[in-house]
Amino acid sequence: MDSIYQELAKLVGKEYVSNQPEELYIYSFDLGTAESCRPQYVVSPRTTEHIQDILFLANREKIPVVPLGGGLSLAGLAVPLKGGILLDLKRMDSIIDVNEKARYAVVECGVSQGQLTSYLEKYYPRLTHSEPGAPPAATIAGNVMIHGQGDLAQPYGFNSDLVNGLEVVLPTGEVCHFGSIAIGAGWFTNHPLPEVGIFLGWCGTTGIITKLSIRLFPAKRIRGVGTFVLENEDFVPEVVYKLTHTQMAEDIVAFSSAIPPFASDLQQITVNIAADSERELEFKQEILWDDTLGEYIHRGEGAYLGFVRDLKRPQISKTSDYKKGGGFEYVGSIMPIERYPECYRKGREISERHGIPYTVTGRCVGAGHSMMFAWTYAFNRADPETIIQARRALHETDDLVLQLGGVIWKPGTYGQKLILERLDPGTRELMGKIKKLIDPNGIMNPGNWEVA
Amino acid sequence: MSALNFDIEKCLSCETQACFTQCQYLEIDKASAKEEILKIARGYDSFVLHECVTCYACEEYCPMGNHPFYLIVERQEALNIPPVPRPLIQRAVNLGVPFRGDPEIAEVHGPVLNMAAFSDLMGLIQGRLFKGLAVISKDDRKMFHYFCQLMYLHYARSSVIKERLPGIINTINKHKPTEVICFHDECYGTYTSYCPAVGIDVPFRPVHFFEFLHRQLTELKEAIRPVNLKVAYQRPCSSRLSPDKHHFVRDIFDLIGARYVEREYTDENALCCAGAIQGQRREGSRKRAIEIQRKNVEDMKKAGAEVCIFNCPACLQTLGPLVSAEGIKPMYMSDICRLAIGEKPAGWR
Amino acid sequence: MSLAEFKYADIIHRCFRCGYCKFPLNWEDVNNCPPYARFRMESYSCGGRLWLIRAWLNEQIDWTEHLAEILYSCTTCKNCVIKCPLRFNVDIVNMVIAARGEMVESGRVPSAVKRFLENVELYGNPYGESRIRRGEWADGTGVEKYHGQEYLFYVGCTGSYDTRAQKAARALAEAMKRAGVSFGVLGAEENCDGNEVHKLGESGLFEILAENNIAQLKDTGVQKIITFSPHAYNAMKNYYHRYGGNFEVFHYTQILHGLIENGKINNLRGPSIKITFHDPCFLGRWNEEYEAPRAILRAVEGVELIEMNKNREGALCCGGGGGNFQIDLLGGSENSPARRRVREAYETGANILAVACPKCLVMLNDAVKSEELADGLEVMDISEIVTKGLVNKVI
Repeated sequence: MDSIYQELAKLVGKEYVSNQPEELYIYSFDLGTAESCRPQYVVSPRTTEHIQDILFLANREKIPVVPLGGGLSLAGLAVPLKGGILLDLKRMDSIIDVNEKARYAVVECGVSQGQLTSYLEKYYPRLTHSEPGAPPAATIAGNVMIHGQGDLAQPYGFNSDLVNGLEVVLPTGEVCHFGSIAIGAGWFTNHPLPEVGIFLGWCGTTGIITKLSIRLFPAKRIRGVGTFVLENEDFVPEVVYKLTHTQMAEDIVAFSSAIPPFASDLQQITVNIAADSERELEFKQEILWDDTLGEYIHRGEGAYLGFVRDLKRPQISKTSDYKKGGGFEYVGSIMPIERYPECYRKGREISERHGIPYTVTGRCVGAGHSMMFAWTYAFNRADPETIIQARRALHETDDLVLQLGGVIWKPGTYGQKLILERLDPGTRELMGKIKKLIDPNGIMNPGNWEVA
Repeated sequence: MSALNFDIEKCLSCETQACFTQCQYLEIDKASAKEEILKIARGYDSFVLHECVTCYACEEYCPMGNHPFYLIVERQEALNIPPVPRPLIQRAVNLGVPFRGDPEIAEVHGPVLNMAAFSDLMGLIQGRLFKGLAVISKDDRKMFHYFCQLMYLHYARSSVIKERLPGIINTINKHKPTEVICFHDECYGTYTSYCPAVGIDVPFRPVHFFEFLHRQLTELKEAIRPVNLKVAYQRPCSSRLSPDKHHFVRDIFDLIGARYVEREYTDENALCCAGAIQGQRREGSRKRAIEIQRKNVEDMKKAGAEVCIFNCPACLQTLGPLVSAEGIKPMYMSDICRLAIGEKPAGWR
Repeated sequence: MSLAEFKYADIIHRCFRCGYCKFPLNWEDVNNCPPYARFRMESYSCGGRLWLIRAWLNEQIDWTEHLAEILYSCTTCKNCVIKCPLRFNVDIVNMVIAARGEMVESGRVPSAVKRFLENVELYGNPYGESRIRRGEWADGTGVEKYHGQEYLFYVGCTGSYDTRAQKAARALAEAMKRAGVSFGVLGAEENCDGNEVHKLGESGLFEILAENNIAQLKDTGVQKIITFSPHAYNAMKNYYHRYGGNFEVFHYTQILHGLIENGKINNLRGPSIKITFHDPCFLGRWNEEYEAPRAILRAVEGVELIEMNKNREGALCCGGGGGNFQIDLLGGSENSPARRRVREAYETGANILAVACPKCLVMLNDAVKSEELADGLEVMDISEIVTKGLVNKVI
């Protein structure tokens, strides 16, 4: 093994390779409940060429390679299940280009959400990206790779739908490009070229994204959040449907949680509104609250809580400290919005049975096309029993998602098995063929999405 | 449960029916006003119960001290005609539930300043005005143990107030205060107006915050330098419960050399911040609140105010941005008092 | 010692490794935690360090030299304390120091740390230089020994022994003399203030230093202290009172600012020049003094004060804290925080990078040379800028 270390050190520089217990320990963990597995090496590459060289080596030596971005998937997707080389991609953190007229940004795979938010606010204040709820250390590439969604999901869809192009290193070390950049026409579109969509949603098992072009959107001068509260969860789908019809809102998120008490037993719906003038803002508010939701208010069933200006970006999350325990994990799903009431009720029941204060969230994606519904389970890292309880609750919830007719989003190994069991056999067979073709030695993030 | 000390005879013999005729939100003549108040007194429905925006003003207008507003709230609850939607009520009721453990009780045997549900404003409590003063409810995780509950008057939930108040009073009293200076005006109104009206015993002596500030300023008179600012005052709804203390506003301004601008919406005619109105059930409430706020701020501007002095943090949260958008600086009363004795309140330029 | 006995056993597990601590206030990059900026391995980030401390105390990993280096690479700059959104943030640096205390107690620290502590104990300074020479920086300046003047001017180890920092110490002494400040120094009798010793986890030695210093200062009748270094400012202002040392402590920028405000220093003039100011961690984040240095710079006619993107609470530490100006665990790369910082300063277009701390001065001065920016950017202590401004010399 020593010779491999030497070779890696020669490839990227001694300072960026480690086989020491401290790095192996830290990089063996996902921040959720997933069991830890140590890699044999941790490598921090800086260039696409570095990554190619590492993959050539890995194929030759048959060593697994696991790509890591921000490490915030909370589903164990970057835990080296079969050991091998853990690639910390965050050194590749250059923002290569922003094209204001065509509204896109080209970034390296290690660029963080916070970095892009800050960069755009400073240099392109009329542009914004769809920022996910994860901490700002999450990477653009990582989020796109797992079909994430952000705070522009309702108007524009999943973040993975907002990609104009990719630079990818295949498991066997070759580089390819997708989108208009592949014919040297810049990074502005990924259509109408033949789509080879085998890198998004495969969670790093088909190759490593090294660059991507992400679409940007108008950032208006006034951005804020209005809140609407419902008693009865059965009204949530119709309220969200009506709100999406207006085309006046940005992010629409419904949530309920046991703590703090004022959120308990109620459904709060936050609606992001953006406007360039007071006139535009008031017009949108009139349509949303007065015209669309006025009937609920008047009947006493729904309440308008007010509009708060200045959207906090990046968003700050304190979820991990709910149990003063430094930990939480959630099951994310993509569900039809009409399932919200059952998701809430059944999720609440699972939480209560496991002694965890319930927290559920549903983010509308597209024009009511679906929602990302998440059930969050906090645990205390210092108390292993709570980790076990959380894990049980999570597995039960994975089962629930499929029972309710949804799809598990970014599943960990448990959820992956459930999905693969249900997968169309023809699809599964094709996936197996593709996987075998592009990763003949089975070295890319093995243990995940084992279709072959 | 405690019963409201309301005497129908007082309404029958009332000459003005000022409760409703002076109301800023009702169009009503004296005769109809009498009719409606009697309906309400006898437990029947009245359009007033549906139109009331819960601004508290009729508590001040009533020449008989007969608590028309408290009565309205009790009837709204009894007849299930809350002014706000149910989810808002539930949210508010749960908001006041303390869930982070019990407060630490240290016996003071002296005057205390009760921050109540405003522990996060401890930053205001500094400087010579507050030197040596014991403060209770400093921890924002435990502050709902000190919450006076009177906010629920906006939610037709007198029952919640009456249920929780004795416990709150007990907690405050455990600190063995000789007097309780109420940071928030509404606390003062609770202990001096609401409690007597519903027969809840208050074992400590409440002191109005402005009375305290005036007292302190008088003692530090030598240190006062006129602030020379044109000020408007945002009179909160709760101030209607202690009209006998309202004079301290002008007294303080006179003492510190602040020029109280001539306004249309002032004193008895003051406009509430409309924070409680924007979410009400009555159709058009959101826009109505905006209109009230616009009138209020324009009035301040027209009068030439440079600074708007706030009594209540909820008013500041609601009106503060609107006021500063018009170039008027929002500021707490205690901060302008600190300015007057040469101190630098945070954020003052 | 086991995890259960660790002072922060009940909160150290609360770190989620969410990574906010890597960012500056304005979120522009993930390079605001100095060791993480240097190594870009999660083990060196604040969260990584806390998890490793917990794992070590919990006997899940063994002590190694590498672990010790990771622990000692923290410069105690407090960026993490400012950025962490959770309530336990106030104790993050304390946890690192407490864990260091564990290593010190068991005698397992990096050898450079060992040398640092031994030198302070034996020679009163981390350089291992002779005590006799401590006062030599003042030779020829006419600065008097302390014998009851209004202020004690406490110079500190770096200002006394480092040749670059000595220049700044002399400049400060001159500026104060010209302004008529009544002050004296301890000269060869001065001993290390102990701030870095404390941050390195040697609380026992710190206590001895503090008690001895306090006794000495009381004996000589000192009541007011002007410190050259924000590190000494921090120790004397915030810790000495625990050992009975209740002095009025000022950082020199606060004194100079006061002198400018009441006209004792005036007529500061220079040519048209652009200056950017680097906030020292122990003046800024540790003691919330961001304005006095800036007010001084603004008072010099001709100076245009430009801010780096990362300023005040968001400043990037020069990498000299936690004894690192001597122990040097973060040097040797273009990624070292000092080199990153001077690149940030250079990007503002400023001609001068102003500092208010002798350790920043030394670290950033060396970094300018490593970055080969000496032609375009000069590092100067505020004391030097003021002194040159006073005599209307070309800055």
